Amino acid sequence: MGAVETDKLIGPRATTSLVSRASPLASAARQIATLQRLPVADFKAPLRPAAIDIFQINVGKLCNMTCRHCHVDAGPDRTEEMMSRETVDLCLAALDRTSAKTVDITGGAPELNPHFRYLVDQCVARGKHVMDRCNLTVLLTGPCRDLPGWFAERGVEVVCSLPHHRKRNTDLQRGDGTFEKSIEALQRLNQAGYGKGDPRLRLTLVHNPAGAFLAGDQASMEKEWKEGLKANHGVSFDALIALNNMPISRFLEWLETSGNLQSYLELLVNSYNPATLVGLMCRNTLSVGWDGRIYDCDFNQMLELDARYADGHAAHIRDFDPTRLGERAIVTARHCFGCTAGAGSSCGGTIA
Amino acid sequence: MDAYYKPEHLAKFGTIAEGNKKLADKFFDWYAEVFKAGALSAREKALIALAVSHTVQCPYCIDAYSKESLQQGADLEQMTEALHVAAAIRGGASLVHGTQMLEHVHKQVMA
Repeated sequence: MGAVETDKLIGPRATTSLVSRASPLASAARQIATLQRLPVADFKAPLRPAAIDIFQINVGKLCNMTCRHCHVDAGPDRTEEMMSRETVDLCLAALDRTSAKTVDITGGAPELNPHFRYLVDQCVARGKHVMDRCNLTVLLTGPCRDLPGWFAERGVEVVCSLPHHRKRNTDLQRGDGTFEKSIEALQRLNQAGYGKGDPRLRLTLVHNPAGAFLAGDQASMEKEWKEGLKANHGVSFDALIALNNMPISRFLEWLETSGNLQSYLELLVNSYNPATLVGLMCRNTLSVGWDGRIYDCDFNQMLELDARYADGHAAHIRDFDPTRLGERAIVTARHCFGCTAGAGSSCGGTIA
Repeated sequence: MDAYYKPEHLAKFGTIAEGNKKLADKFFDWYAEVFKAGALSAREKALIALAVSHTVQCPYCIDAYSKESLQQGADLEQMTEALHVAAAIRGGASLVHGTQMLEHVHKQVMA
């Protein structure tokens, strides 16, 4: 399995997504049942939302890569799950009714949505801080080659995935050749002004472990990676965030097939840290799916656990009601132990 | 026949306090302090521990510090280099005593 680079992203491509292989774990219900069958504790902490600081929009599951740890089951074959212009506009209308200062655009590879640039421009025009969750290699594909400069003009924060500052674990997780392409993309971002301490051109790297262990100490890793990437590749960046792998979708499949599922869930449960609860991203982030369904977080999105109003009605962007959303109970299940383990894990990195 | 080493014994390390709690408490307090980040980072200490584990050939330590090194963000290449440091020191410790052997040979054998 490797990265698929193409100038024309039209129609399905050969891929290793769960959906394309008709794997039973392509079903969200099956994933939840797999976790429920394990002899570990249930996640019991009651969680209530605070004010929405971050409006996270998942614009689709199309991606030019099929990384092993992906919780989205994204890939070049996911051409159906693509946010429409109409839904993008509904998101903008909903955004205008919140006090969220940040719009976090994710996917798949969000840059591959045809309305991506429109969405970014609309959010920038509204004075929002915009984050693009970028897989780096997509910046080398034909339609996206100008993005580093385009992002820089708009002050978009680029938040890129890089499992390790060295080749081995990066390629193991994301496919052969990924590390070299990622370095080239980072060099292009540096050339556009990113990663040099300018708060307007912030370059953040995201580390996910390349296996069944927790993410290490974020501050220590950031220091080591800054030294290593500078010395070996001339690349600089502003910050590193470290996320635990969630037992969802393709990472769940890998845990099962490698015989690590039970021990990994035990690790997450045994590493439960109550100090993380106050900073969990489900409390200050709202997640919108490509089809307008609303969720407490991107992980609940992939498990199809809709955010629900107090009357049990599933929330959708077409009838967005921020007041009623503020009164909801956050939906939790066993995968939530991934965010509360150790130093905690959120879209912004460690919590405690 | 049962194996001498049982992986599940590692999780029961604390039970050695049963024979002498005071000494066990002192040991585990000191151990925890040793591995905190200080002048060396937690990652550097984990890799040193990994190397030493191989030098003393403690299977419990090898298990524990393989996991810890991974969690501290080391990859297989870094961990293998640490292992070679352990092996080089062990090999070198034997070889350097050969200078003593050479002295004897030079004294007692006709030149």
